[in-house]
Amino acid sequence: MSNILSITNLRKSYAGGFEALKGVSLDIREGEILALLGPNGAGKTTLISTVCGITMPTSGSVTVGGHDIQLGYRAARQMIGLVPQEINLEPFETVWNTVRFSRGLFGKPRNDALIEDILRKLSLWDKRKSAIKELSGGMKRRVLIAKALSHEPRVLFLDEPTAGVDVELRKDMWKIVAELKKDGVTIILTTHYIEEAEAIADRVGVINSGQILLVEDKDSLMSQMGKKQLEVELTEAIAEIPASLADHGLTLIRDGQALLFTYDTRADRTGITSLLNDVSQAGLVLNDVQTRQSSLEDIFVDLVSGENA
Amino acid sequence: MNWTAIASIYRFEMARFFRTLAQSFISPVVSTSLYFVVFGAAIGSRIQEVEGVSYGAFIVPGLIMLSVITQSISNASFGIYFPKFIGTVFELLSAPVNFLEIVMGYVGAAATKALFIGVVILATSMLFVDVTIAHPFAMLAFLVLTCLSFALLGFIIGIWAGSFEQLQLVPLLIVTPLIFLGGSFYSISMLPPIWQTVTLFNPVVYLISGFRWSFFGIADVPIGMSLLAILGFTMLCLGIIWLIFRTGWRIRS
Ligand SMILES: Nc1ncnc2c1ncn2[C@@H]1O[C@H](COP(=O)(O)OP(=O)(O)O)[C@@H](O)[C@H]1O
Ligand SMILES: [Mg+2]
Repeated sequence: MSNILSITNLRKSYAGGFEALKGVSLDIREGEILALLGPNGAGKTTLISTVCGITMPTSGSVTVGGHDIQLGYRAARQMIGLVPQEINLEPFETVWNTVRFSRGLFGKPRNDALIEDILRKLSLWDKRKSAIKELSGGMKRRVLIAKALSHEPRVLFLDEPTAGVDVELRKDMWKIVAELKKDGVTIILTTHYIEEAEAIADRVGVINSGQILLVEDKDSLMSQMGKKQLEVELTEAIAEIPASLADHGLTLIRDGQALLFTYDTRADRTGITSLLNDVSQAGLVLNDVQTRQSSLEDIFVDLVSGENA
Repeated sequence: MNWTAIASIYRFEMARFFRTLAQSFISPVVSTSLYFVVFGAAIGSRIQEVEGVSYGAFIVPGLIMLSVITQSISNASFGIYFPKFIGTVFELLSAPVNFLEIVMGYVGAAATKALFIGVVILATSMLFVDVTIAHPFAMLAFLVLTCLSFALLGFIIGIWAGSFEQLQLVPLLIVTPLIFLGGSFYSISMLPPIWQTVTLFNPVVYLISGFRWSFFGIADVPIGMSLLAILGFTMLCLGIIWLIFRTGWRIRS
């Protein structure tokens, strides 16, 4: 798969001198969904704004579909749709006119059928004649999405699309994202909902303090970096962990009915074999064993706290 | 050129105007009528004629200029300030458009609205006084150029402004005095010689003089000078706007 977006050593210092991006390099493959995870102030919005032309890069280069965002800004921007983090909409205009305006602004000829289709998919069709100010927050966010889709972008940025959004809209959003992916649209979304990245992303990037800490396939990230937990269920509950098992760092759970063992999948030895040996040596009888994988959230917290330490 | 984008911006901006059409229409009619009542009755009874033109008719070009200039500025400054204020400017900045296209859309719409109001005032005036237009095409050209150039100025003010107060400030403190002192309601030749010289540094003098010439064939300054002044002013504003977009001043961080 070829790269549709290429960010090389991008730096951004704001007027006050604050460096919000410290040499970001990131390649995004055509047709993938990349989730950019990072705490508040990490530089996610700055990164998106710079790629989209809203803020000016201090140094470094960005190409979209091979077009430099400065030298070939027309071709580059034509490919990009942006759903901003903040709800910025003209309050007095109708939904229909607002969305139609976006399409025209991007130089695309009028296409009412397409806009109707977009509005229907976003459950906005009934509201098309309403002024924006009459809509609820969730509806406004839908309008922002409709605007971004109105000019048929090949790359779509969703900046915290589900922050403060109800469950229904979040589900709708995921559905739309899946459909867009099917049409070959590349999607970059920022979020601090880890479940979101886990649910829909192909790859996950972690950004903190203006630096990309890692970019990995979601699955391999989770299996590589994840800590796993082994739950050893006993036939009979015990009151305390036998002294012979003290070295394994176990915790007693479920009223003494089970032992919980945490291990690192990246380690040379997981310690499972010796644990199980010691367990039977201690005279305990196993009823069942099961493993649990830690979530992306744990990975994320580990990474970011490691960075800040 | 992204003509579709220009047309989209223009249409979107005009929609704002049409939403408040009655208001846009009534206020110039009322204010023009008031001017005629006050100036026409109070001053007109003392000053019968200026350079062979009845005083009522004489003030018509100035009256139109006064409204057209303030309207161009306020329309254009508000037009670009508002998206900055509510944040929708992000879309303009991320769209495949260059500065000229953005300017053509916003300034074109602002100038159109001002032109409309200018025509309404002219029509209203004709209800009060006999107005003859000696050079209709020149009149229209001056009107259009004035609308455009001051809409450009308004655009600059709108980008510069950091608050609604600042948006009002420049027109109030600078532009309105320049218009009133620019011979809207009198001929420069009625002033003492020193003030005549001072007045020549006021760019609005050239506009009003040229505009009045297109009505009555009389002017305070040569018509060529008027034309040069307005073209020069237009170019200056365009140059400043180009620089603004080059550097991203006050719009792109
Ligand atoms: N216009 C600006 N001027 C100065 N600093 C800014 C500006 N915008 C953002 N920042 C700073 O840059 C950093 C990154 O912000 P942002 O990109 O919005 O982070 P995120 O979207 O990841 O929460 C923050 O510390 C923020 O305060
Ligand atoms: Mg952000």
